[in-house]
Amino acid sequence: MSSAAAPGPILRENLWTNNPIFMQVLGICSALAVTNLLVNTVIMTIAVVAVMGMTNLTVAIMKSLIPRKVRMMVQTLIIASYVIVVDIILRAYVPDISRELGPYVGLIITNCIIMGRAEAFAQSNRPLISMWDGMTSGMGYMGVLLSIALIRELLGFGSLFGYQVMPAAFEPWIIMVMPPSAFFVLGIIIWIGKAIMEREGAPA
Amino acid sequence: MNPPDITLVPLLFASIFTSNILLANFLGMCSFISISKDMQSSNGLGMAVTLVLFLTSGLNWIVYHMVLVPLGLVYLRYIIFIIVIASMVQITEMVIDRVSPKLYITLGIFLPLITVNCAILGVSLFMEIREYSFTQSLVYGLGSGLGWWLAIMLLSAIRKKVEKGPVPAALKGPGITVITIGFMAMAFIGFGGMLPVQ
Repeated sequence: MSSAAAPGPILRENLWTNNPIFMQVLGICSALAVTNLLVNTVIMTIAVVAVMGMTNLTVAIMKSLIPRKVRMMVQTLIIASYVIVVDIILRAYVPDISRELGPYVGLIITNCIIMGRAEAFAQSNRPLISMWDGMTSGMGYMGVLLSIALIRELLGFGSLFGYQVMPAAFEPWIIMVMPPSAFFVLGIIIWIGKAIMEREGAPA
Repeated sequence: MNPPDITLVPLLFASIFTSNILLANFLGMCSFISISKDMQSSNGLGMAVTLVLFLTSGLNWIVYHMVLVPLGLVYLRYIIFIIVIASMVQITEMVIDRVSPKLYITLGIFLPLITVNCAILGVSLFMEIREYSFTQSLVYGLGSGLGWWLAIMLLSAIRKKVEKGPVPAALKGPGITVITIGFMAMAFIGFGGMLPVQ
C-alpha cells in the first residue's frame, strides 16, 4: 500500500488498482445478496459509502483518544452507530426498500472493508483525507456491485431500475434472479478486471 | 409474538442445505474464501463457527426479547448483538482454554476471526426478522453453523483439485473460487422447493 496521501492517487488506487473486491474479495457478504435489483444495490452501496466515510472521519479524529488494545471494539462500535443512523434514515424515507434489504443493512457492520480501511488508513492519517479515502473505497466497491446488479437485473428481469428495456420476446434468465448467478457474475468480473490489470502491467 | 409455522426438523435441514447461510444468503464470505485454502484450518474454523452460532443465537434471542423489547430499545439491537457476539467469543475462548487445551490449539486462532464473521450477526438478525421462537432460534443457529461448516469443507476439498487444473492466469485465486462457490450454490439450492424456510 502506497502512503501517498494526495486525493488524486487515492481515488485511482481505491477505485481500480487496489479495489478491495478485485484484490482480496473482501466485504462482499453484506452486499451480494442485494444485487438482483439495481435500485436496491444503489441504496445499499450509498449506505456503505456514507458509513465508510463517516467511520474513517471519526476514527481519524479520535485516534489519539482510543487505547490501542481496545481499538477494534471501539471501531466496531463507531461503525455500528453509523449503521443505526443509516438504518433509521432508510426506514423513514424509503421504507419499501428498507424492508427488502432486511438484515443486510445491519450487516454493513461486519463488512471487512470498512474496518480494514479504518485500521489501515484512518489510524495514521488526517481526518479529511481519511474521509476521502473511506468514500472512494466505498465507491470502488459500489462500482463492482453496480456492474453485477446491471447484468443480473438486465438478464434476470429484462429491466433496468425497474423499467422494461429488453424487447417483449426476451425470455428472462431465471438463474440470474437466484443466488448462484451472483457468484458467477462476480467471478467473471474479477477475471476481466484482473486480466486488464495484468495487461496494464500493474502488480496483480 | 407469533413464531412462523415451521417445525424443528425441517428448519434444521433447511438451514443446513437449501437455505445454507453461505450459499443462499452470502454470509461469512470473507473468511470463507481466505481460509478455505487449507482443509485443516477449514475444519477448525467450521467447528468454531458452529459452536459460536449456536450459543449466540440463543443468547441474542434472550437479550432481544427479555431486555430490548421491554425497554423499547430495539433500535440499539445492532450494537447490542455485536457486543454479545464479541463477549461470547471471548468467553468461549477462555472456557475452551481451561477445559481442553488440545482443542484450544485447533480452535484458538480462529475464534477472534469469528467476531467479524457476517454469518454470526446475520443469523441473529434473521432470527429477529423472521420472529423465531427460542427453540427455533437455537435450531436455526445450529443448522446454519453446520451448513457453513459443510460448505467450507467441501470448498476446500474442491479447491485442492482446482489448483492443479489449467486455469487461466487472471482467473486463478479468488476468481475461480467464486465461480466454484456458484456451482456449489446451484447444487445446494436446487432442492429449495422441497424445504421452504420462510
